[in-house]
Amino acid sequence: MELLNFAKGPAMQFAMVVFAFGVSWRLFGVLMLKWPSDFSEARGNSQIVGALRMMALRSWPHKEFLPRTWYSEVLGYTFHIGWFVVFLLFVPHIVFIEAVTGLSWPGLPGWAIYYTSLITALALLAVLVRRLTNPVMRMIANPDDYISWFMTISPVITGLMVTSHIGLPYETLLAIHILNVAALMIWFPFGKLMHAFFIWTARGSTGAVFARKGVKVQ
Amino acid sequence: MTTHREPHLYAPDEETNVVADKQGELSDQDRAHRALLNFIKDSDFRTANYFEACIHCGLCAEACHFYEVTGNPQYTPIWKLEPFKQAYKREVGPLSVFYKIFNLKKKVTTEQLEQWQHLLYDSCTICGRCSMICPMGIDITSLILKARHAMYQAGLVPQDLWDVSKLQEQGGSPMGVTAEKLKETIAGIESEYGVEIPLDQAQADVLMSASSAELIRYPKTLADIARIMKHMGVSWTMRSDGYEASNYGMLAGNEAAQRAMSLKLIEAGMACKAKTIIIPECGHAYGALRWEAPNLYGRPLPLKILHMSEFLADAIQAGQLKTGTTNKSITFHDPCQVSRRGGAVDAPRKIMKALGVDLHEMPVSGDLAWCCGGGGGVYSIERASHLRFSAFEVKMEQVAESGADELYTSCSDCRMNFDSGQEHFDWDKQAKSLIELVADNLA
Repeated sequence: MELLNFAKGPAMQFAMVVFAFGVSWRLFGVLMLKWPSDFSEARGNSQIVGALRMMALRSWPHKEFLPRTWYSEVLGYTFHIGWFVVFLLFVPHIVFIEAVTGLSWPGLPGWAIYYTSLITALALLAVLVRRLTNPVMRMIANPDDYISWFMTISPVITGLMVTSHIGLPYETLLAIHILNVAALMIWFPFGKLMHAFFIWTARGSTGAVFARKGVKVQ
Repeated sequence: MTTHREPHLYAPDEETNVVADKQGELSDQDRAHRALLNFIKDSDFRTANYFEACIHCGLCAEACHFYEVTGNPQYTPIWKLEPFKQAYKREVGPLSVFYKIFNLKKKVTTEQLEQWQHLLYDSCTICGRCSMICPMGIDITSLILKARHAMYQAGLVPQDLWDVSKLQEQGGSPMGVTAEKLKETIAGIESEYGVEIPLDQAQADVLMSASSAELIRYPKTLADIARIMKHMGVSWTMRSDGYEASNYGMLAGNEAAQRAMSLKLIEAGMACKAKTIIIPECGHAYGALRWEAPNLYGRPLPLKILHMSEFLADAIQAGQLKTGTTNKSITFHDPCQVSRRGGAVDAPRKIMKALGVDLHEMPVSGDLAWCCGGGGGVYSIERASHLRFSAFEVKMEQVAESGADELYTSCSDCRMNFDSGQEHFDWDKQAKSLIELVADNLA
């Protein structure tokens, strides 16, 4: 019970502070850098529209590349969607979020969350196998990739253990699960999980440049 | 859609263990320091976003022709930027304090940069396909050009490319076409083809630039330009104080030379009160003057920049250029810097439509077309020939798949690469000029 109280209380509070401060630090650290000016004559296409188009359209791979990238795309979509479904639509999670933010919404039945978690964990395992076996991914990987992978999958695994009541007493497992989430939040600003924010600014930057040039934004 | 080809060249030691060229007498420490300063200088908001967004998915490899034909992971586009990324993270990024104090990102060394010379120059044509596949939207190509700035400052450029860029920096042309030689060349073209090419007019609406490749290898193209201009009744001139469109400063990473070359053309255009500068059939020249030069100039340019294909397409659309028709069966090679990187995909197609051409597109064309393998200065690097020819094989397959009788393009650098590939493979196709097609079919 002490561990659970620690996880729910000081650990989670500390994690939230690190998360908020760290994310702000990293975003401002980039935002404060020099913004390049572009004096070239635009082709007449709106750069704001170009930025927004690329933010949206780059989420779906072009058919030219799909035969070569479909496996990565399927894995990526599966674990991202699965992770967020479990995080946002599991009723105990919603109750927790409501306690912190006051916001609430309907959840999914427990069995649906269970199978979604299972699929998510399997997809993340496949991502690791691919990272270790694909020569390109193995070569360009650094410790951040493996730490971020571990931080992403561990709450899913411990969440499955909590709901399945396997291994340890329920409260101990729940405490470990919450500590996993806290660890994820603490790691978030320091690793590549920050792509959750930078994906939009990177896509937006390129989309604006492409629109200015009249290059097809997709 | 491109079908997956089995790579057949992968021999990493043989391919990537290239002995790097060095320029100058700098110490290794000085080279690394100069490179570092440039990496820092080029780490602006956009660069930072790109490096922060990368998730190391490796998908960019699937768009690169050099990875496609070799299967060598070293050719993964984002890996080519590893020293730049390393310098950014250690010196500039928001977490640089951690990276530096705990030495989590090592200092970039000259030895490392030497290893990367092959990756940043020999095996990158700046074609921009990788920028189209990246799920994060990272414009990898723009980062490669920035990384070359650092390599140039460190004196770590492939010697062949360095020599060409120096030749242009000192004499105005990458092929030694001085102002005097230009006059002789123009006189020769006028005499051989019976055309008139206005030179050094005090006033003209259009300043026509040329690439040395055209002047020396494809002089008929300039004669054809003269025929088209005369047909249209355009007030135009070439200028001996600003004629060279190619910009090997940009390709080598020499920003000062790039700026100087661009300024020459801009000032020549202003000197004759031109409203428009036309870039000839040269891909990288278009990128350099149309999109890069205004930023080096520091303000919007006082005149319009058009690629020849845009000029012709606009003239046809406005009814200023009347053409006949031809029923030739043609496929068109999109020069990367004009189409994918330049946004002028439609212009050549409008021209071909007006000419009534029987256009057979390659399996992949327009924005996603495959590079011919010779762009970005790679054509000039002799030691990269085997890679260049390997990439060219993809292009030959695609031309064959189009089923067209003839091949046209609108870039003289591409044409030189096609000529080289034709000779190497004893290929039965030759890349021809779109300008020539227009000139041969004037109404």
